[in-house]
Amino acid sequence: METLISNFSVGLFFWQAAIFIILIFLLRKFAWGPILTAVNEREESIEEALKSAEEARLKLAELKTDNQALLNETRAERDAMLKEARTMKDGILAEAKANASIEGDKIIASARESIQQEKMAAITDLKNQVAVLSIEIAEKILKDELSSAEKQKALIDNVVKDIVLN
Amino acid sequence: MRKNLIQHFILALLVVISFTTYAQHSNDEHAKSEEKAWGDLSKGERKAEIKKVINHHLLDDHDFTITHGVSFPLPVILWDNGLQIFMSSKFNHGETLAESNGNFYKVHHSKIYKTDAEGTITMDDHHHPTNVKPLDLSITKNVFVIMLMALFMFFIFKGVAKAYKSGPMPKGAGRFLEPLVVFIRDEIAIPNIGKKHYKRYMNYLLTVFFFIWFLNLLGMTPFGIGVTNNFAVTTALALCTFFITQFTANKNYWSHIFWMPGVPKLMRIVLAPIELLGVFIKPFALTIRLYANMTAGHVVLMSILGLIFVANSWIAAGPFSVLTLLLSILELLVAALQAYIFTMLTALYFGSAVEEHH
Repeated sequence: METLISNFSVGLFFWQAAIFIILIFLLRKFAWGPILTAVNEREESIEEALKSAEEARLKLAELKTDNQALLNETRAERDAMLKEARTMKDGILAEAKANASIEGDKIIASARESIQQEKMAAITDLKNQVAVLSIEIAEKILKDELSSAEKQKALIDNVVKDIVLN
Repeated sequence: MRKNLIQHFILALLVVISFTTYAQHSNDEHAKSEEKAWGDLSKGERKAEIKKVINHHLLDDHDFTITHGVSFPLPVILWDNGLQIFMSSKFNHGETLAESNGNFYKVHHSKIYKTDAEGTITMDDHHHPTNVKPLDLSITKNVFVIMLMALFMFFIFKGVAKAYKSGPMPKGAGRFLEPLVVFIRDEIAIPNIGKKHYKRYMNYLLTVFFFIWFLNLLGMTPFGIGVTNNFAVTTALALCTFFITQFTANKNYWSHIFWMPGVPKLMRIVLAPIELLGVFIKPFALTIRLYANMTAGHVVLMSILGLIFVANSWIAAGPFSVLTLLLSILELLVAALQAYIFTMLTALYFGSAVEEHH
């Protein structure tokens, strides 16, 4: 301890203290200040970047679930639409079928009717023609029968003979 | 710009060294005569010689000795009835008297004493000189190294700070130094001082950490420039911590010293002087811890190296060299550890000074 004190160099102490204090102030202004500020700023910006990345991630996840919901909804809607279309198609088809058969029946019926009419007309026509022909035949026969007086007399006689006064 | 300055500085240093090597020649002959004597010395004398070398190594010096015989003089500044300024080359490594304005000075164990024209140094019973010691404000070896270190730190950290102007990431030395800065902030300052107050102490903590660490590492170089194993240096550092602690302390800190809350009144009176003593013991412990650790490291390393010369045999050189190497690696760890401990305890004291009432 004694040698420690006797060896104590006042000059060295003085210079050390002076230089060291000057060094502290110089470094504060030119080194530590800018370094610590830069490090702090960088750390803050990193923290901020991480935070915003996390936010973006959350947002993305949210968006994803939203998308999924939307997709599901759309899918359900599509399914419903398809189903509706199918039933509609069936309905239309069935209706069309029914309509077609009714129409067909109608056509058949009207055809049948017109055939009947045509047939009746043909029959009537035929009847008339038969009548005309029979008259014509009868006329020819009569003309022939009554072509001479003897024949007329014979006929009258024949008729008169039939007319027997009962 | 920064690179140029450093280059110029190194160049200047080299020039100074090459100019001063002229001294080597005469010293070599001197060394030869010593070497001859070394073999004839008894073991006890060798040990004494080595002890002298170690003690001299641990002391500050008025010359800057790079290696044996290669040195350059530094300015001597004395306050003795006015400023006395001359170069230390006047002492011729302590062998001659230096004369300045009619006053005569002599170096004895790296201290400057005022003597008469014949250079007589009178000793007391304990072999301490009784001559007058003028106030010595010389730029000694340690002061010179401290100045260089201050310049080095200033340019290095200024460069680190400048690199941030071009982008948020550190460049060059900053890549290595920035994690340490962040370490001091996150592991030393914030846990000990608290988030609220730590910012105002960061300048001091960072400066003191790098200053001690770099100087400790410099002490590991073969130039023998151990600055932190000097009691005056560690005292100055610890006093800085002490004054900053006292001047930034809040009411709560003082009340814990003079009127401890939460204990009986009688105990408060008993505790006050103990607490007050603690205020002074804390920086004293800081001083001694750093000084003793660094001194011990140097003494152990040099003693083991000295054993090679005590044994005076090539067989001893191998194992002791390996042991020195291993211990040097340990000392590298201690260099960082002591800087960390000093900074850590400083932060702890600052923390107690600004602790809020709870």
